[in-house]
Amino acid sequence: MAINWFKYSSPSTFYGVAGKMVPWFAWSATILFVAGLYISFFVAPTDVQQSEAYRIMFIHVPASILSMFIYLVMAGYAALGLIFNTRLSSMMASALAPTGALLAFLSLWTGALWGKPMWGAWWVWDARLTSELILLFLYLGFIALHASIDDPRRADRASALLAIIGSVNVPIIYFSVQWWNTLHQGASVKFTGTSMHVAMQQGMYTMMLAVWSYAIAVSLLRVRCIILERECKAQWVSELAEVRQ
Amino acid sequence: MNWGEFFAMNGYAWYIWGSYGMALLIFIIEIVMVRHRKMLTLQQLHLMRNAEDDMT
Amino acid sequence: MNKLSLLGLLSLVIRRDLVLAMRRRADVLTTLIFFVIVVSLFPLGVGPEMDMLRKMAPGVVWVAALLASMLSLGRMFSADYLDGTLEQMMLVPQSLSALVLAKILAHWMVSGLPLVIMAPVLGLQFDMPAQALWVLIAALLLGTPILSMIGAVGAALTLGLRGGGALVSLLVLPLCIPVLVFGAGAVEAIVSGTSVGSHLSLLGALLVMALVFTPWVTALALRISME
Repeated sequence: MAINWFKYSSPSTFYGVAGKMVPWFAWSATILFVAGLYISFFVAPTDVQQSEAYRIMFIHVPASILSMFIYLVMAGYAALGLIFNTRLSSMMASALAPTGALLAFLSLWTGALWGKPMWGAWWVWDARLTSELILLFLYLGFIALHASIDDPRRADRASALLAIIGSVNVPIIYFSVQWWNTLHQGASVKFTGTSMHVAMQQGMYTMMLAVWSYAIAVSLLRVRCIILERECKAQWVSELAEVRQ
Repeated sequence: MNWGEFFAMNGYAWYIWGSYGMALLIFIIEIVMVRHRKMLTLQQLHLMRNAEDDMT
Repeated sequence: MNKLSLLGLLSLVIRRDLVLAMRRRADVLTTLIFFVIVVSLFPLGVGPEMDMLRKMAPGVVWVAALLASMLSLGRMFSADYLDGTLEQMMLVPQSLSALVLAKILAHWMVSGLPLVIMAPVLGLQFDMPAQALWVLIAALLLGTPILSMIGAVGAALTLGLRGGGALVSLLVLPLCIPVLVFGAGAVEAIVSGTSVGSHLSLLGALLVMALVFTPWVTALALRISME
């Protein structure tokens, strides 16, 4: 089976493909959110130790995991763009960054709101929290660097290099923060590691898939904008229905 | 279980609805911003197209 | 024209950068004075209790060194970029990475080394014991070159951009966190009587890694910024 993948890596083809994919992911995100919220709030039982507050986890965990995952995907696209010089990969990387940054922020916010009733403090210098904060800084650095370079080609390549350096650094940073945390015997808080109820797991997975679909849908929308902005002088753009009208 | 009890969340209402409220806010803001960006881009393209039509 | 050996080229670039830095001594001094002022401001901000100051000292000195090293990053390539020297450097037959390494070393000698020499004096302000001062010097000697190397990548990426100074800090500071953790950790370890060796060897490992990769990455970043 010979699919010509490079066909899809041309912005003009991908613009159409992305346009067709957005509604699918948007609808599946909506349905999964409804189902996930239903399971999280009505099916999943109250936790013995954390009472109702643990329900924050249903949004906190997906946001945290996806913010990290999106950074890796972003760095992967950036690397593809840098190595193979494919314009679309760089556009995907810059389309993913704002979504990842917002999810990192959401993860910190929900983490703080969970921490206050559970640990008695909005913020503790726990290894995971600190790493998430640094991840947010890395996203902001990527966005700031991309925004401050006017030449799009240089912006793509420079921020791609930064994303790759960042993704190499993330494990080192995580390890060093953990080391630092154990040295100071700070709040080494663990999740109450009791076996999760099946409904809790289902709620978590459903919410995870929902946030995932949402992230894909919104990044595809954004990459369509970026494609139009970058290719504004191309023939195929001026022939698009939404431009012609 | 009645709705008042449900929203009170056993005393954790602020924390839980604060989390989900922020999530909702972020998703809405992001979608509005992307749509706004698309509108601006299309406007720009229309302007460019009209300018070209004027020239020819 | 006789071809320069790699080492000859390295020493040539280092000597040139040092001469240039000595012609503009004020720049070097500004960084150093900034470092001294930042460290001296802390007791004024948090109060003069010696117990607390002694505890804070390693962190304060390290954070101040981190900030001071950010100040001078803009100068690493900008002058050479503006007068076209950098473009010529890209054309020499020797590898750009080697040239970059030489520039990083020169930058460290004028901006990192003075901080290392000054740090013990500032440590005395915080009543640090003599042993801790030696560890502080060792940690800074291992750590400040890493700051220069990571900083070089940031400086190369932001070459010629408006508002580059603030931007480069935003890019580089998060990447410097491991250096801060192990550097300040080493000094804290000696104060609290635990092993210093592990911290210093981790710093050393970071230094070796940075030494291997950053000149190459910086050269790549320079090529991206210059094309």
